[in-house]
Amino acid sequence: MVTVRISDDALAIACGADQVAAAFTLAGHTVERVSSWGMQWLEPLVEIDGMGYGPATADDVAAIVDGSSPLAIGRIADHPFLVKQQRLTFARAGKTRPTSLEDYAATGGWQGLARAKEIGEAATVEEVIASGLRGRGGAGFPTGIKWRTVAAAQADQKYIVCNADEGDSATFADRMLMEGDPYCLIEGMAIAGFAVGATKGYIYVRSEYPHAIAKLEAAIKASRQLVAPFVLEVRAGAGAYVCGEETSLLNSLEGKRGEVRAKPPIPALVGLFGRPTIVNNVLSLAAVPYILSHGAKAYADYGMGRSRGTMPIQLAGNIRHGGLYETAFGITLGELVNEIGGGTQSGLPVKGVQVGGPLGAYLHPDQFDIPFDYEAYAAVDALIGHGGITVFDETADMAGMARFAMEFCAVESCGKCTPCRIGSTRGRELIDRILARAPRNRDVVETLPQMQNAKTTPRALEDEIALLEDLCETMKFGSLCALGGFTPYPVMSALKHWPEDFGATRVAEAAE
Amino acid sequence: MVDDALGELDEIIARHANREGPLLPILHDVQAEHGFISEEAKRHIAKALNLTRADVHGVVSFYHDFKAEKADRPVLKLCRAEACKARGVEALVANAEAIAAGRVTIETVYCLGLCSQGPNAMVGASVHARLDGPRLSALIEGLA
Repeated sequence: MVTVRISDDALAIACGADQVAAAFTLAGHTVERVSSWGMQWLEPLVEIDGMGYGPATADDVAAIVDGSSPLAIGRIADHPFLVKQQRLTFARAGKTRPTSLEDYAATGGWQGLARAKEIGEAATVEEVIASGLRGRGGAGFPTGIKWRTVAAAQADQKYIVCNADEGDSATFADRMLMEGDPYCLIEGMAIAGFAVGATKGYIYVRSEYPHAIAKLEAAIKASRQLVAPFVLEVRAGAGAYVCGEETSLLNSLEGKRGEVRAKPPIPALVGLFGRPTIVNNVLSLAAVPYILSHGAKAYADYGMGRSRGTMPIQLAGNIRHGGLYETAFGITLGELVNEIGGGTQSGLPVKGVQVGGPLGAYLHPDQFDIPFDYEAYAAVDALIGHGGITVFDETADMAGMARFAMEFCAVESCGKCTPCRIGSTRGRELIDRILARAPRNRDVVETLPQMQNAKTTPRALEDEIALLEDLCETMKFGSLCALGGFTPYPVMSALKHWPEDFGATRVAEAAE
Repeated sequence: MVDDALGELDEIIARHANREGPLLPILHDVQAEHGFISEEAKRHIAKALNLTRADVHGVVSFYHDFKAEKADRPVLKLCRAEACKARGVEALVANAEAIAAGRVTIETVYCLGLCSQGPNAMVGASVHARLDGPRLSALIEGLA
């Protein structure tokens, strides 16, 4: 009889991990449910004495135990996908039982909180500033600066809010962290609470993540004494993508429609229930225990330029070796997609890659030498966002994806600002007309004598494309938040790199 | 609405009464227990929380998770976001709709966080990855 370790991460479960675990138990073996290593193409991954077998099914039990299984991948920790990673935030991935306090303490848990209490509130904030940590949710705002603002604010109550409304397609690092190492997030939030004088914390998790909600609730209950007087509560979202935007998230927490608030005032001063509030992404908060326990310099030594530390990158879409790849900033896109990811799952050439979720630009293989860095991406009208990478093979229709970007924005818009609410629908119609080669004729209003600037001839394809560019510019600069403001990135990048998919021949100018 | 149901609603409201911003947790519980949020429930919750009925209606109608009517058949949530599109979900949709016709509701969702192993679907709280035509059909048949 052997002890086997199988992940209870939602992805492993979706691939059949529960059935595999039950089969091992039935055969009389001891099963330990642990977090996932992040090698998702191998899930359900079975580990026996450090050796891995995957993807396993219930029928593979006997062969795995007697060592004859062709699914053997050798020693997991030596797997090429893992050896080159620099796992700071995900140091425990695959190694510990998610809700075991014993495992957490044995792997350096709570040391960050202990050090924070030793050096004091102000020094803790300075440590986070010195680490160079920037918001991992996408905006990249320096986390420590936000903390300092909240620390300096005077109020009867302050809040720490964790944004776990991970709605971007191709992202799952928040989910993996919450399901695999919930105490790490709890410790990060407790440190934040201590540093700025907040006694209450909320974790706003999207309702599509029931496994993460269950793990967090169990972990919060078990660690209550360890983080006291800091009190934590999990709140479930209700299926609105826009609630990943921080002000809309705050409205949702307050029990209102998840509409975006105009800034200023910033949430650091007027946040949840009007009180000073830190709103940080899961990965930002989960990076904090390492920064405190190992020191700001240890974290800042990783990375390039103004992007310090590591980024948990998520490889997804049509990719052979998809999963979680945490590494220092600076790695190139080509390395991620071709070398680490092994190219497309289908075996066809890569057509394009979307980085940063539904609001991120599509990048062409010609741009594969771009280093993973906030500024380098911004320089080419792209964003790294939450670090999700979706690979598309050559069968992808990029005009269709541009249309989807507009459609998605129309479905998920909170409705507060016009460029996003109306612009997204008009954008979808416009792309439909472009694809149908059916430019719009002049309508009644345009023929009125007052409309002196209106065109007198029907629009040609080029006019429709120019109109799309114009609309994108309005959305980009006129929207209240990133939903309407960034939807032009996927649209314009698709138009720029694959004009033939739109039926155009010229290379369109980017909306500047 | 009968008194029993109102009593149940009061119980849910009381359960969350001392929380800050209790409306969403209350609505989640009502949705989970009744499968939808009725006009009577909205009115009752509004009164209990000292809100207008319009406030509560505005919140209910904003979020995809809260339904105005009870689902008359099982629901399968199929992800059709970018990563699942890149892995071919669109090619499965027409056939899935045909199999489901009138028996299972296929609801489009955007992202279940299983993005390297799509196409993905969710039924209740159970998640399913690596779907292809036959596996998705079997999943729908299992619900029908």
